[in-house]
Amino acid sequence: MLDDFFTRALVAGIGVALVAGPLGCFVVWRRMAYFGDTLSHSALLGVALSLLFQFNTTVSVGITSILLAVLLLLLRRSDTLSSDALLGLLSHSALALGLVCLAFMTWVRFDLLGLLFGDILAVTKTDIAMIYCGGALVLAVLALVWRRLFAATVSPDLAAAEGLRPERAELVFMLLTAVVIAISLKIIGALLITALLIIPAASARRLSASPEQMAVIAALIGAASVVGGLFASLNYDTPSGPSIVVAAMVLFVLSLVPAGRIVTRMKAGTATRDD
Amino acid sequence: MTNPESRLVQLDRAGVRKGADWLVRGVDLTVAPGEIVTLIGPNGSGKSTTAKMALGILKPSEGTAVRRPGLKVGYVPQKLAIDWTLPLTVRRFLSLTNPLPDKEVQAALERTGASRLVRSEMRNLSGGELQRVLLARAIARNPDLLVLDEPVQGVDYAGEIAIYDLISQIRNSLGCGILMISHDLHVVMAAADQVICLNGHVCCRGTPSELSRDDKYRAMFGARAGAGLAVYQHHHDHVHLPGGQVRHADGSICDACPGEHHDGADGKASNGTGADGHHHTEHAHDHGSGAATEASAIQVEAARADEMKNAG
Repeated sequence: MLDDFFTRALVAGIGVALVAGPLGCFVVWRRMAYFGDTLSHSALLGVALSLLFQFNTTVSVGITSILLAVLLLLLRRSDTLSSDALLGLLSHSALALGLVCLAFMTWVRFDLLGLLFGDILAVTKTDIAMIYCGGALVLAVLALVWRRLFAATVSPDLAAAEGLRPERAELVFMLLTAVVIAISLKIIGALLITALLIIPAASARRLSASPEQMAVIAALIGAASVVGGLFASLNYDTPSGPSIVVAAMVLFVLSLVPAGRIVTRMKAGTATRDD
Repeated sequence: MTNPESRLVQLDRAGVRKGADWLVRGVDLTVAPGEIVTLIGPNGSGKSTTAKMALGILKPSEGTAVRRPGLKVGYVPQKLAIDWTLPLTVRRFLSLTNPLPDKEVQAALERTGASRLVRSEMRNLSGGELQRVLLARAIARNPDLLVLDEPVQGVDYAGEIAIYDLISQIRNSLGCGILMISHDLHVVMAAADQVICLNGHVCCRGTPSELSRDDKYRAMFGARAGAGLAVYQHHHDHVHLPGGQVRHADGSICDACPGEHHDGADGKASNGTGADGHHHTEHAHDHGSGAATEASAIQVEAARADEMKNAG
């Protein structure tokens, strides 16, 4: 079954979406969209390094993203530039450095567009194994730290006062994001990974009544976007990443208009508070 | 004094510095089980910072903050903003830091008069409703130490009295120690065992009954007391400047303000008024007009305090 390139892309993409949904909820709740962007831009540097040292791309991208996340935490603690400016600095430096490195390596042939926007043809069985092992690990760790990470998201002070050590939960969250970015690179491309984190979570918001519910719905919406986007990509010969993001955007718009009204009406029917 | 081993939390000359500025300095504070300690003082005087040191959210830059090992804390923070993107009901919020059975959630919400809110979204709560829910969450944990940072902000007047009564009740039934920040003289006088006034350092302290018979207390609750409801007004004889310097009422400036610790080595005398340039024991307070109303207000407060003590 996995001999067909399109089936491989579908299986890989759904795997990525199922992990990106729950993690993306935290990205949205914690207002860390720009952080996701920064890590995904650094993925390009990871690719360049993997070509230079003849190393597995996903592992190399994962390590680069993790190092960048740690660097960001250290810089933020030193109280120099604002968090926002630091993110911009790291994001574009890493992207530019990656592109410059790639340009220097005249002896390697690679598809830059595929790197930036995703390439369904490039998904291998090894990639699928990586996505499902990495994804299972991310979901397991996320389930383990869920309560503390959620408490730290609602109020770091409350979490700290009641002994939950929010800074640790935050570090774990950053590392998980780095892993997800590494495994999604081939499917959706370095420039658009953050979209798969944020858009399904944003679409899930109106349909959910609890944080846990929102995580599950975001995962499902993400998977639906991947399926829709990949079929469109195949039919219209468009790059896979942008097609998936467009599909996610369509689902977001759908979640806004009629569903919102139906939910409000249902809630009014059961006489609960809503505005 | 209480037995040192039974103390829930103890700050010893603790202070926090941010950059070059001291947020608060030289704070001595202990909370024992069953004791209510109230922090008062003007905005920016370091009340919340002191509470955060006691909770371990902030590490003291000097001095020590020691909590009893295994201390269970319930905390009502001053601010809590819930983003629209967070679908969070009151029920889910109560089990934020540890899971709670429905029965305990309901019981805690009933105690704070918020049981009808159990299914509401956190972001839709009014200021007063939020305070009740925050308090319910803190007491549902069965804490040894309850830290309340302005627990009645946004609560209407009747609700305020109910919440303060509740706080006294909680102290009596749970036997927990309470560290409370308040602007409200009623609470300070009615419920507190110990009152600590901060102004970047400990300015003065005592029990409410001591204070009510004391000149310091009269100075503390200053000129604008009307109609039996004393409005808390505090005239300090010095102002803390950015960079840690202190400007006194007479316009003189000195480098440091050691607060209570008059033996502090870093208090450099810049004028002839005392070892560290100003007196904390003899406040040069401005009593303004209306001394009669003020005195009667104090008596009302003291009477109310005694009443509460007897009732409690």
